[in-house]
Amino acid sequence: MVNVTINGKQYKAEDGSTILDAAASVGIYIPTLCYLKDINNIGACRVCMVEVEGCAKLVAACNNKVWDGMVVHTNSPRVRESRKNTVELILSQHDGECSTCVRSGNCKLQTIANDLGIVDLPFRKKVAKAEWPMKFPLIRDEGKCIKCMRCVQICDKVQGLNIWDVSGTGSRTTVDVSRNRMIKESDCALCGQCITHCPVGALRERDDIDKVLDALADPEKITVVQVAPAVRAAWGEPFGLSREFATVKRLVAALRQMGFDYIFDTNFSADLTIMEEGSEFLEKLKRSAAVDAKGADPSSDEAGAQGSAEKFPLFTSCCPGWVRFLKSQYPDMVDQLSTAKSPQQMFGAVAKSYYAQLLGVDPSKIYCVSIMPCLAKKHECAIPGMEDGARVSREDREKEVLAQSGGDKEKLGQLEPSEQASVPDVDVVLTTREVDRLIRAEQIRPALLPEEEFDMPLGVGSGAGVIFGATGGVMEAALRSAYYLVTGRNPDPDAFKKVRGNKGWKEAEFNLAGTQLKVAVVSGLGNTRKLIEALRRGEVSYHFVEVMACPGGCAGGGGQPIKDGEELAAERGEVLYALDKGNQLRYSHENPAVKQCYQDYLGAPLSHKAHELLHTDHHAWKMPGEE
Amino acid sequence: MSRLSIITSNKAQTTVESLYKDLERRISASPPGLCPVDLASSFLKLCHSQSCGKCVPCRIGLGQLQDLLEMVLDGEGTLETIDLIEKTAKNIFYSADCAIGYEAANMVLKGLRGFRDDFEEHVLRHRCKCELYQPVPCVSQCPAGVDIPGYVALVAEGRYGDAVRLIRKDNPLPAVCGLICEHPCEVRCRRTLIDDPVNIRGLKRFAVDHAGDVPLPVPAAPTGKKVAVIGGGPGGLSAAYYLTLMGHQVTIFEQRKKLGGMLRYGIPNYRLPREELDREIEQILSLGITVQTGVTVGESPSIVDLRKEYDAVYIAIGAHTDRKIGIEGEDAKGVISAVELLRGIGDGEMPDFTGKSIVVIGGGNVAMDVARSAVRLGAERVRIAYRRRSVDMTAMPEEVEGAVEEGCELLDLHAPLRIEKDADGNVAALWVQPQIIGPMKNGRPTPENSSEEVRLACDIVLVAIGQGIDSRLFEKQGIPVKRGVIDALNWSGVNAKDITGVFAGGDCVTGPATVIRAIAAGKVAAANIDEFLGYQHLISVDVELPQVRLDDRKNCARINMKERQAADRAKDFELVECGMTCEEANQEARRCLRCDHFGYGSFKGGRTEQW
Repeated sequence: MVNVTINGKQYKAEDGSTILDAAASVGIYIPTLCYLKDINNIGACRVCMVEVEGCAKLVAACNNKVWDGMVVHTNSPRVRESRKNTVELILSQHDGECSTCVRSGNCKLQTIANDLGIVDLPFRKKVAKAEWPMKFPLIRDEGKCIKCMRCVQICDKVQGLNIWDVSGTGSRTTVDVSRNRMIKESDCALCGQCITHCPVGALRERDDIDKVLDALADPEKITVVQVAPAVRAAWGEPFGLSREFATVKRLVAALRQMGFDYIFDTNFSADLTIMEEGSEFLEKLKRSAAVDAKGADPSSDEAGAQGSAEKFPLFTSCCPGWVRFLKSQYPDMVDQLSTAKSPQQMFGAVAKSYYAQLLGVDPSKIYCVSIMPCLAKKHECAIPGMEDGARVSREDREKEVLAQSGGDKEKLGQLEPSEQASVPDVDVVLTTREVDRLIRAEQIRPALLPEEEFDMPLGVGSGAGVIFGATGGVMEAALRSAYYLVTGRNPDPDAFKKVRGNKGWKEAEFNLAGTQLKVAVVSGLGNTRKLIEALRRGEVSYHFVEVMACPGGCAGGGGQPIKDGEELAAERGEVLYALDKGNQLRYSHENPAVKQCYQDYLGAPLSHKAHELLHTDHHAWKMPGEE
Repeated sequence: MSRLSIITSNKAQTTVESLYKDLERRISASPPGLCPVDLASSFLKLCHSQSCGKCVPCRIGLGQLQDLLEMVLDGEGTLETIDLIEKTAKNIFYSADCAIGYEAANMVLKGLRGFRDDFEEHVLRHRCKCELYQPVPCVSQCPAGVDIPGYVALVAEGRYGDAVRLIRKDNPLPAVCGLICEHPCEVRCRRTLIDDPVNIRGLKRFAVDHAGDVPLPVPAAPTGKKVAVIGGGPGGLSAAYYLTLMGHQVTIFEQRKKLGGMLRYGIPNYRLPREELDREIEQILSLGITVQTGVTVGESPSIVDLRKEYDAVYIAIGAHTDRKIGIEGEDAKGVISAVELLRGIGDGEMPDFTGKSIVVIGGGNVAMDVARSAVRLGAERVRIAYRRRSVDMTAMPEEVEGAVEEGCELLDLHAPLRIEKDADGNVAALWVQPQIIGPMKNGRPTPENSSEEVRLACDIVLVAIGQGIDSRLFEKQGIPVKRGVIDALNWSGVNAKDITGVFAGGDCVTGPATVIRAIAAGKVAAANIDEFLGYQHLISVDVELPQVRLDDRKNCARINMKERQAADRAKDFELVECGMTCEEANQEARRCLRCDHFGYGSFKGGRTEQW
């Protein structure tokens, strides 16, 4: 500990701590703007300047350390004047049209400017402009960027993709896509972490709210909405609601008020994913064991040497950010991705086939909206070929017509022409932030919402489904059902809790009816790269690996509400595990709606129909630069 | 009113004069990675402010040019804008009445020729091609990327051993470099913005001189791979050092009796004492490096033979052959090449020049080395004949000054014509032709012959006009050679016919250069040979850097090293330069502005902790 005098009072401070942390530890607040703990402490904005006795110049508090006997003034006249002048300088180049900014009310710059009482600017305003493809899911507004470099840092240090970089020099220095690329040509995973770490409105998702409002206003459309697991843990945050109060049932009530016809739960299709992906994994294990009677030790080269085509590990495929990452960074490993679609896309495919038939409507009438904690989902729903529901539904109808007419192909002409158009399984994706904005736009008062139930049957989800929203959840859910599928008995629902927790890279071993399974769970693309590099060097080996692009999984997703300087994934994850614990259904294979769906429509996991609807070819589309 | 008055400068004028000085220093310490178009625009603004305003092209034209450049920079220009800039600059160049106007326009025209693609990038893609990888000026200028702010901070704390260990991460020859590095690191030192660059080399020497024995790192587990290094100069030693640390078994093949290359056979003892060199080489070898001296790789063993026995080969043969000057009488007795003289001295063979009158031909560091050596070998008179002006000499200014102090006479603007022999075939005189300085070409003025001839009577002519590379035998073995140097890629790889795993670097690839560039090449080769052998060993060091000090930005000039008095030192080959005192080193080390922490360095590229 060292002795530090701050604003005239003596304190003890941790040796080696920054002036900022030392002040904070004794309740003295120094404003910051560019600073992001452990990620961006470059002293770029110069808002955190303080006066240190003996130093001729002001000192940045965020990246300079205290020493014994340091005397600091955080609000001296010189500091006050500098801080205000600096913020005025930033504002002189910031597009301050707050009334049309998604971050108004949740903007660090706005808060600081307001706090400092800046009511008019002494400088001429010079706001830069740059072109940006506005249809891309990720949108950057040059005029709002304050060059804090957080996006560069989060992408470099946490996600390891280096999408952003400093561009230009001198007065024109700004941030842009690295290596002089355009964003559409880049290998951006669309994780959205740059958005959730932007202090202002310079980075945001493409706003798709109007598309949803148009669909809601269209009397011809049947609007079906699905709510992803992680959304329920976070949607209430911007409204100041407690996590206990902001339940998914209140979100359901809000969506119903907006006029959605059917409100369903992505947990349902998460359970479906487990049935497909879990079965795929078990099949893979079986095939491998058949080749190598010694068992499928992924570390033994023998399996490969004996000609087994089974390459371990199998990777989960629910996270489209991860899929984009793998396709662009390690295209030779794409075949190790599970072919199972993500829960969002499975839901869409089921909604436009099975559910359309339950409703007895043409799939093209159904408008499928999903609410996701994610930016990459906006890309995923638009992948060419993710149009299986309506196609399979039409094939069903054709078979039906042919059966009824005794094989008269002419009768096929009776089918509605609209049924022949290709229809996306999921029409539009809203992030959690967008649905929150929609709630506000609809003048709904969240604090007054009652709790309402999901619609049936696609509103039933298990506890295994809900933990998809937290890192480790997919793995745990899969293991619960895999155990059942192999042994015919349910394991203790908490038997696999070793894969829980917010460590970036977790490993566990389980015995699955005599087979020793090595699994890993990784979240954050920087950690993912480390794991893959270790795999490729042969330092580690696993049977099954769950990957989530965002640190902490979807709970920390790039589409979630933003609270500057706070990482809320862990806290939100807790909510999801509590929901699992409180759910009477803890196993995906016991979800009655899932069972019904297989029984009435899909047949069995990995059936032909399941393949048609619920699986995908990851080679069917290309990432920029992918061969 | 008085008929005449004394002109005195007012306060504004004197302030402007001092601002000019500030700007000069600022330009000399310009950071890397700046946009040339942006700079051109800024220069133009300065030029415009110098306009007297009489003439249209300068008064209006320079302003319009600035506007056009700003349009380009703002991404609002088109290719036609560039054309208009060119047209207008040409007009100003041709029509301005005085140099203030036409030379300003000329700067723009030079820019259009030199970096037109930068203009186009701004116009076509609204982007700037400039990227900044290493923002710390000294580190960016050091070919080996030594962590200079790191070791300077350690010197300031009195942690000399740690400083040496930190240097060794990127440069295994700190003692050598502390004495004779050309210190490109100091050229753009940001401290220059305040007063003068930090004396980085002096601090390195101080650290080495005061660190005592600093143990080397422990090599990684043996890989079983064998690497042959051809040439035991600084480049070969560096590659051998890092490859050994990575766990590979290295053998150095050296043509001469001893290791050191140009450090021993090119640089005299008074600049680099042999005991210092030997100590540093011995320490590197103590890692377990095998050495075979007196072996010339060429016919036998050939590079193909070596490659059969070793998993990779690094060619670091340097540039050791002398160049002929090509004048009449060059075959006279008493014409000695600098390479020959220094090589002999390196092996302890000291010729006796007592009473001799000597003329040295050349203006590089080697010319100074032989001139100053000749003084020490007893020469009565030493003259240095150089074709250009003394300011154009490629030798370091302190070397030229040292030579002059020791009594060497500089005959600049004297081009060698022929060597006059006496009846016995001995040198009688060097005939030179005085030169008249002429027009600027590539940044320095070209000398042109005058009509006179001058006879410099002398006994010995020392020729120091550069070195060549003996690459013939390698070429025969299929090693590609281009313009006399080995053709290696920027990662040291050599695309040799039929042989893989051949790497080359240093003087034999670049032509005669500096020690630190050879060291850098050895480091690059080590990394890529390791990779080639299928490994990814990382070189790092566990030195924790001291906390950054916040309070040392007060104006304080640079401390230069003192030298022994000329009259004393000229009598022996002992070290000329005196190290800093402890007081001096403390003050000098604290002048470092820590660009790794303050400024861009805290964001990107400030420190490479491992490679």
